[in-house]
Amino acid sequence: MQIYLPIAEMSVNAFLLLGLGGVIGFLSGLFGVGGGFLMTPMLIFVGVPPVVAVATQANNIIASSVSGVFAHWRRGNVDFKMGWVLLAGGFAGSTVGVGLFSLLRGLGQIDLVINLSYVVFLGTIGALMLVEGTRAMMRRRRKAAPRKLHQHSWMHGLPLKTRFRKSRLYISALVPLGIGFGVGVLSAIMGVGGGFVLIPAMIYMLGMPTAVVIGTSLFQIIFVAANVTFLQAAQNQTVDVVLAMMLLIGSVAGAQVGTRVGSRLQGDWLRLLLGILVVIVCVKLFVDLFTPPVDIYSLGGSL
Amino acid sequence: MSRPDGAQHETPRLKRASMSLCAVFLAAVFVSALLYRVPLARANTLVADLSEHLIAITTGFSGANVLLFGATEDVGDIVVIVRGPRDPVLMRRKSRVAGIWINTASMAIDNVPGFYALATSKPLEEITSESVRRRHQMGVENLPIAPPTAKASPNIGAQWKNGLIRARQRSGLFQREVGHVSFLGRRLFRTRVSLPANVPTGSYLVQVFHLQNGRVVSSQTTPLFVSKVGVEAEIFDFAHNRSALYGVIAILVALVAGWLGHVVFRKG
Repeated sequence: MQIYLPIAEMSVNAFLLLGLGGVIGFLSGLFGVGGGFLMTPMLIFVGVPPVVAVATQANNIIASSVSGVFAHWRRGNVDFKMGWVLLAGGFAGSTVGVGLFSLLRGLGQIDLVINLSYVVFLGTIGALMLVEGTRAMMRRRRKAAPRKLHQHSWMHGLPLKTRFRKSRLYISALVPLGIGFGVGVLSAIMGVGGGFVLIPAMIYMLGMPTAVVIGTSLFQIIFVAANVTFLQAAQNQTVDVVLAMMLLIGSVAGAQVGTRVGSRLQGDWLRLLLGILVVIVCVKLFVDLFTPPVDIYSLGGSL
Repeated sequence: MSRPDGAQHETPRLKRASMSLCAVFLAAVFVSALLYRVPLARANTLVADLSEHLIAITTGFSGANVLLFGATEDVGDIVVIVRGPRDPVLMRRKSRVAGIWINTASMAIDNVPGFYALATSKPLEEITSESVRRRHQMGVENLPIAPPTAKASPNIGAQWKNGLIRARQRSGLFQREVGHVSFLGRRLFRTRVSLPANVPTGSYLVQVFHLQNGRVVSSQTTPLFVSKVGVEAEIFDFAHNRSALYGVIAILVALVAGWLGHVVFRKG
């Protein structure tokens, strides 16, 4: 069954979109990532213009994240205090990031920067998670004592110490604020919610428990994605509601299933699986950088 | 039509001026018609029309087929060109920098048709000469879409043009295959124009040429409109005219959908 997308100006198989939304929603619920880093390449692969893909998946991420947040909230896995602090940093960061995006686009190298930052960040994070996940599982197999929640470092010497009860942390508010800012910049440039950067940062830099990390990350992503959706719709008219609706029907359902499966899996397993997924996407993008293009001439989109 | 010589002999008296001008003009037309029969004959040798003039893009749109049919007075060959609305495009060229493929050059090209399809009754090379094909822009290679010589030498310009043609062919908007115009008997002809699902909206021109011995003896141009209708058109207009409100609604729809999903699955 074909369906015509009014903003993307093309027709796509409706079941393909439902299925795509379902898979991304499942991953979103399972890992707490928005899924943008998978959704955007997939939509472009299907033939949706990149600008429409980036803007529309932001809208879709709102839906799957809301659905996921409710599920996590009921289990008491959302640290709202931490979420608000991250969000404050995120808003400032995404504003700076949008400026940077325009600058790079003017230079004509935005595609390259997007690809390179995907490769660098996905590669680093994926490798880190794989190593850490494998090590943690080896430890459990040997029935060793549980590791410390986090190590103390220079970050704990910063002022504005705040207690985050849910996360069982007593750290400087500047750290999550800075992380939120950095992720905000990245998400504006890479056109994603930023979950796949935020989650490892929360686990490894802040030392938050994995269960709380996912709910809190989803909470923050809702607002970042809403901000992106609004800006894209208002400035570029690139949000396709028909496409978003098709994707979110699938992703809302998928997110619920994902959350259920996620609650049965152990945190280490989750990290390992997410690590594998991230590495696969990274390798694909890395290879693409070096693969000769189909044609060295291409249509550059709008002027 | 040649300008009648008599028109230069204008009488000073205004009242009679227009009348005498008319008379002279008509006489000139008559004379020229006697001398060259072609111009008058031209208007009559070809009649063609489309099965529909408006392609409506609705929710289920997955491309469209339009039937073009017509008749000629004499035997000959038919060439049909369908051309979409013209727009400027931005082309990019990649080259290898330290092993990575990077866009290193860009070129703006004006007046590129958003769609181009060709249908002929015989292979184009058998119908007419290259100069006629170029004059009437028969075939994508004859479209005047090379960048201006101020920006690129003819050699480089041709590479940009070919790159543009290939890119448009990949998206299906410049059709690779030449369609077939079939004759029913000696004078009735028909062909099918197929528009893919990603056709740009706007006004199209369908040109029908009637050729004899390699010369265009008559031609006709018919408009074709592609536009969004119904819900599709309303969404598009809403997104463009009230974009801020559209953004807010898109967010609200997503929020409600997410919440609904949660409620439905909690009970289920």
